[in-house]
Amino acid sequence: MPSSNPQSATRPSNAQIVRPRVGLFVTCLVDLMRPTVGFAALKLLEEAGCEVEIPAAQTCCGQPAWNSGDSAGARRVAKTAITAFETHRYVVVPSGSCAGMIRVHYPELFKGDREWEERAAALAAKTHELVSFLADVCGLRDVKARLDTIATYHDSCSGLREMGVKAQPRALLASVQGLELREGKEAETCCGFGGLFCVKYPDVSAAITDVKIADIVATGAKTVLGGDMGCLMNIAGRLKRRGSDVAVRHVAEVLAGMADKPPIAGD
Amino acid sequence: MEPTSARFKNNAREALDTPTLQAALTKLADGFPGRRRDAIARMPEFERLRDAARAIKEHTLDHLDVYLETFEARVNANGGEVHWCADADEARRTILDICRRAGARTVTKSKSMISEEIAINDYLERHGIRPVETDLGEYIIQLRREPPSHIIAPAIHLSAAQVADTFRASHTRRPKDRPLDEPTALLDEARAELREDFLTADVGITGANMLVAETGSNVLVTNEGNADLTHTLPRVHIVVASIEKIVPTLEDASIVLRVLARSATGQDVTVYTSFCTGPRRTGDPDGPREYHVVLLDNGRSKLLNTEFHDMLRCIRCSACLNHCPVYRAVGGHAYGWVYSGPMGAVLIPALIGLEEAAHLPNASTLCGRCESVCPMRIPLPRMLRAWRERQHREKKISWSARFGLTAWSFVAARPRFYRPLTALAIRALGNMARNRGRFRRLPLLGGWTRVRDFPAPEGETFMTLWRDAAERRGQS
Repeated sequence: MPSSNPQSATRPSNAQIVRPRVGLFVTCLVDLMRPTVGFAALKLLEEAGCEVEIPAAQTCCGQPAWNSGDSAGARRVAKTAITAFETHRYVVVPSGSCAGMIRVHYPELFKGDREWEERAAALAAKTHELVSFLADVCGLRDVKARLDTIATYHDSCSGLREMGVKAQPRALLASVQGLELREGKEAETCCGFGGLFCVKYPDVSAAITDVKIADIVATGAKTVLGGDMGCLMNIAGRLKRRGSDVAVRHVAEVLAGMADKPPIAGD
Repeated sequence: MEPTSARFKNNAREALDTPTLQAALTKLADGFPGRRRDAIARMPEFERLRDAARAIKEHTLDHLDVYLETFEARVNANGGEVHWCADADEARRTILDICRRAGARTVTKSKSMISEEIAINDYLERHGIRPVETDLGEYIIQLRREPPSHIIAPAIHLSAAQVADTFRASHTRRPKDRPLDEPTALLDEARAELREDFLTADVGITGANMLVAETGSNVLVTNEGNADLTHTLPRVHIVVASIEKIVPTLEDASIVLRVLARSATGQDVTVYTSFCTGPRRTGDPDGPREYHVVLLDNGRSKLLNTEFHDMLRCIRCSACLNHCPVYRAVGGHAYGWVYSGPMGAVLIPALIGLEEAAHLPNASTLCGRCESVCPMRIPLPRMLRAWRERQHREKKISWSARFGLTAWSFVAARPRFYRPLTALAIRALGNMARNRGRFRRLPLLGGWTRVRDFPAPEGETFMTLWRDAAERRGQS
């Protein structure tokens, strides 16, 4: 796993700086539901010194099929992602679970198919979640952004457990002017989304989300931030159903200073 | 017990609507995970112990036949007997047979999940033998004729008031107006009731946290000491254990013990840890005259070398239950059979069939917390997914879900279709939202909007906006 600064990694001595070519995988939910997150990711990456490309042939990572036990369907979709991002030095994803799908599960998905297993492993090795990429690979320490709010951060499960996203968003959020970050006791507890789980078992899902919401409310936060659109849509949807005015946003919007749009599910 | 796993949704709904259960589950979530965290913080080598414990189990499973036969030879040499039982029925008949030969009327029992798995209590009762559970939690649920709702805290679903009511209803020879408000009063009463049974029981049945091949011993951990009274006082000791409980040596057992209590209750070690090795020898002051091990397979050997092989490393500590958001929401009974939580959702389909237990692997967010706390590092989410894969392969999911998935992956694998189709759909959805930020109801998304609003899309897709921006850049 590359962990050095992309600039220094590719910087020839005494020569012009080569900007690392990053393929941005915006993910299906950002593409469809919240383009702002895609533009925020783009802005953050460019400001961190990356040359960003957004392949038009990208769709989804295949997670819905994979988690439903439809490996053949997942492979079909995964092949489009592998093909779309074959030539990039890094692939960056504003979602812990989509990044985890590629990093952890793509190699599993193609086990036994030598050609695609190799190509999947190559993609897996260069795929990063956005905020951890900015902090760990680009060496970003602070951002120029302002948001006057009290916020709490929700650790989405795959980001936390598959991609090691924990300290990075908190460190960068600490540099956002006007933002006070409060830790929830249940920050690492699942929000109850779980992909298709939340529509198959809505009652159980809502009960899980309510634990999360009680924790959010207990922190006194006015804004919930996270790195996965699925979790955020679920949390926002349940908050609104319960009449709460707590705002929900993707962390990239805040870090990029693009939190001027209405929050998720907000008017 | 008759499984109700097929009714998981109804079970869950009932559980969510039961305030005493919800209060108990909140208490559980506030207790065990924190205590586990503290116990591990006191032990810097915990992660290495996990690896060591896992390696022991992996090695043992790779040589299961050898260690089981070594175990049997040692038990025989100690003067005991091993009974190999392929399934629950064979185990039940074997146990009844031993009890009958001993002329047993009363059988004391310490906590054993395998005895739940084979439903031995009902069976013995039907054949005129009275089984008495001696673990406090098990004793309570036996009086209530309920299955356990948690591996190590079987009556966790009950409040103290419910237990008091149960005792009043069951212990009818005691004064009606006795105070039972304090937990210690409940404990004292259970002790007094159990004392006589301990002394008169003809047979004691225990489970086994481990079986040790090199010595032919079974290991028992409890916090109440009831297992020791169960296996030392009666004339006959029957151990019921499943085949994967075996470890090669005492040294191995001690390593597993070091991760077990810490993962389970957050104790450094349980209050009692006992090693039983055969019947009473000449000169021993106490102990049973007969020592039997009922060794149960019940489908486990069929899991070897399959995608569920790793499940056989499970030591039943319940860490996965204690950290599972689904278990915390609905408790153990919703799973509809003996086991529950993530380990139950993996194991139950293997033991009672995927058809009956079809909901269980699906009723999980795959959040991965179970795997992160499992002392044996069992990849539980991966195995839940493996069951889903089998359901999909065997066409055991609804036609509509299957069609939906196939249609979706067909389109998502073809960016040239996907792009205009999604752009159109999102534009339509955006128009429907008419500047509201969310939907209270949406066709085809009833499962979502039943409990939460659906966020409205911002308007156009990112790809549309990006393409438009690129065209503008190209023109300028």
